[in-house]
Amino acid sequence: MSALLEVQNLRVEIAARTRTLVAIDDVSFSIAAGEILGMVGESGAGKSVTGTAILGLLEHPAYLASGRILFAGARIDDLRGEKMRALRGRHIAAVFQDPLTSLDPLMTIGQQLVETMLTHLPQPHLQAVARAEQLLAEVGIPAPRERLDSYPHELSGGMRQRVVLALAFCCEPRLIIADEPTTALDVSIQAQVLDLLKRMCRERGTAVMLVTHDMGVIAETADRVAVMYAGRLVEIGPTAELLRAAVHPYSRGLMASIPTMRRRRDDDLLHIPGSMPRPDAPVAGCAFHPRCPQVMARCLTERPPLVAAGPARAACWLAEDFAPTSPEGRA
Amino acid sequence: MSTPDIILSVDHLTVRFDASQPLVSRLLAGTGRRTVHAVEEVDFEIARGTTFALVGESGCGKSTVARTIASLQRPTAGSVSFMGVDVAGFRTRHAAMPYRRNLQMIFQDPYASLNPRWQVGRIIAEPIVTHGLLARGPALDRRIDELLATVGLAPDDARKFPHQFSGGQRQRISIARALASNPAFIVCDEPTSALDVSVQAQILNLMRRLQRELGLSYLLISHNLAVVAHMADSIGVMYLGRLVERGDAAQILDTPQHPYTRLLLNTVPDPHAPRAGLSAGARPRLSGEVPSPLSPPSGCAFHPRCPFANARCTREIPAPIAVGRTWVACHAVEEARLPPFAPNPDDLTRSGDAA
Repeated sequence: MSALLEVQNLRVEIAARTRTLVAIDDVSFSIAAGEILGMVGESGAGKSVTGTAILGLLEHPAYLASGRILFAGARIDDLRGEKMRALRGRHIAAVFQDPLTSLDPLMTIGQQLVETMLTHLPQPHLQAVARAEQLLAEVGIPAPRERLDSYPHELSGGMRQRVVLALAFCCEPRLIIADEPTTALDVSIQAQVLDLLKRMCRERGTAVMLVTHDMGVIAETADRVAVMYAGRLVEIGPTAELLRAAVHPYSRGLMASIPTMRRRRDDDLLHIPGSMPRPDAPVAGCAFHPRCPQVMARCLTERPPLVAAGPARAACWLAEDFAPTSPEGRA
Repeated sequence: MSTPDIILSVDHLTVRFDASQPLVSRLLAGTGRRTVHAVEEVDFEIARGTTFALVGESGCGKSTVARTIASLQRPTAGSVSFMGVDVAGFRTRHAAMPYRRNLQMIFQDPYASLNPRWQVGRIIAEPIVTHGLLARGPALDRRIDELLATVGLAPDDARKFPHQFSGGQRQRISIARALASNPAFIVCDEPTSALDVSVQAQILNLMRRLQRELGLSYLLISHNLAVVAHMADSIGVMYLGRLVERGDAAQILDTPQHPYTRLLLNTVPDPHAPRAGLSAGARPRLSGEVPSPLSPPSGCAFHPRCPFANARCTREIPAPIAVGRTWVACHAVEEARLPPFAPNPDDLTRSGDAA
């Protein structure tokens, strides 16, 4: 598999007043060209920090402490200023949760698209305008020619997020970091925007890192899923397998705690007791051990590495027993 | 069904907001008044000890209904009757006190709904003292400890401030405050939308346990259909201020009638029945967006997005008709023009599980 993006042992720290907090620690994964990788976890798990680090947008007091990020085989974590800016927008684009913060309220939709294209891909102005109109048509905006002259506030939330998608795709990037792209939208609009994102990526072979807290969105969209917990990657594997039979007790608990449309009202939802440790109160050993139903003595002190477990990889001492040849089995 | 004990009944509730420009601007521009039709002719009843859920997309009026029931908003027309008393009829704060003691509310954002400068004990004590249920003293302290224990917090937590708690714990504090005056009815407006799923499950389980133990009735406002499926006995589906379908939760979720309900159900991504990659896209989608409540479409408000709309739908507002244990307002259902509901083809496990 030729990895388009490779993240190796990434560690992001936050310089607090008196000490250093670890936001994400030892996170490694890769995204193949054209692949959609879903990244899930609870708020504060480090999903967005990972995306921000890849985009080179970490801001003081957060900084990259160690690890490497490779894009198309070249290191990008040490790129600074202009060089990173040339890459961002051109080869790696971003879509954020709130379309209003991604769009300039004082510029028309057309101006924003044309400016972005001219910044990265020098071309005649008229050609860029024609391309902008074509992109708006492609993301399903009615009357695209007239809409070029609209301002963001004149559009609905769903239409704005379509414009943000058009902006992300306008330079034909190879990777899109989409951070909660549909969280602010209603379900019917969410479904439209996800369908659009998926279709455009499939047509162009664009890879996506889709950051979300919604397992439903992952189920609809992602080829593979990475589950983060307390700044660490706890499991990564193909979507269908992970949804059906996750290896890590946290991933399993997460799946069981999601209410389903299939009515089983007589049973309570399975829930994970307690809440995720915060970066200012880290937990020794496996970060999930205080909430884990299968905790063992070893989990309290030793941190489990990410190891192969069937088609997935999981960071759990139980995962070592996952192989069917295991003598103890997994009763 | 024998005559159930109705705790709340909402009768032809209509709420409109005046969104007009100031008079001078209207005169200069020659424009008339503009009215937001937030809620139109909404009817439902909630039986004691049950959960009624209002679902719909943002702006459909579900929160306005909740605010009107909580007497935070006056109805333009129609009435809300709670335990046999008309809610809009209270003339003084004093007259409304018994009603307020029996009806409490849980809000979406536990960060915004708790006073950050008050200790948790004081937050929970306030409704008890306001309603004169207990005077300050050891009995009140014992009651606070008991309420904290009921929602799964420790007695020591009474001396902490809201910022010392996580989102899920804060929502537990909101629930303890809502329970403090021994209410019969709680309006829950998106109680878990701000929470992570593992914590959401804790809160939903807590709400269900409290309902069983205390015989509470809930009005649940949610845009999350899976949460509604888990919690509700009956459901009302709202679109642009009107109820389009209402009744028994199981029937609506298994055999929805209204085209909007059907599309909504097919649109929700369900991680327990994944359709990633290959087959996705074959599912029916809701096209277009919700029109503005400033100028709702003529006839059935859903007709511009409805795959089954015909000329009659653009003219006449559909009257509700009974279908089994539910009620639906749709010309296509009335004229039997609708095909039977097909759940997602690769989601056949659903009917199997329900059996």
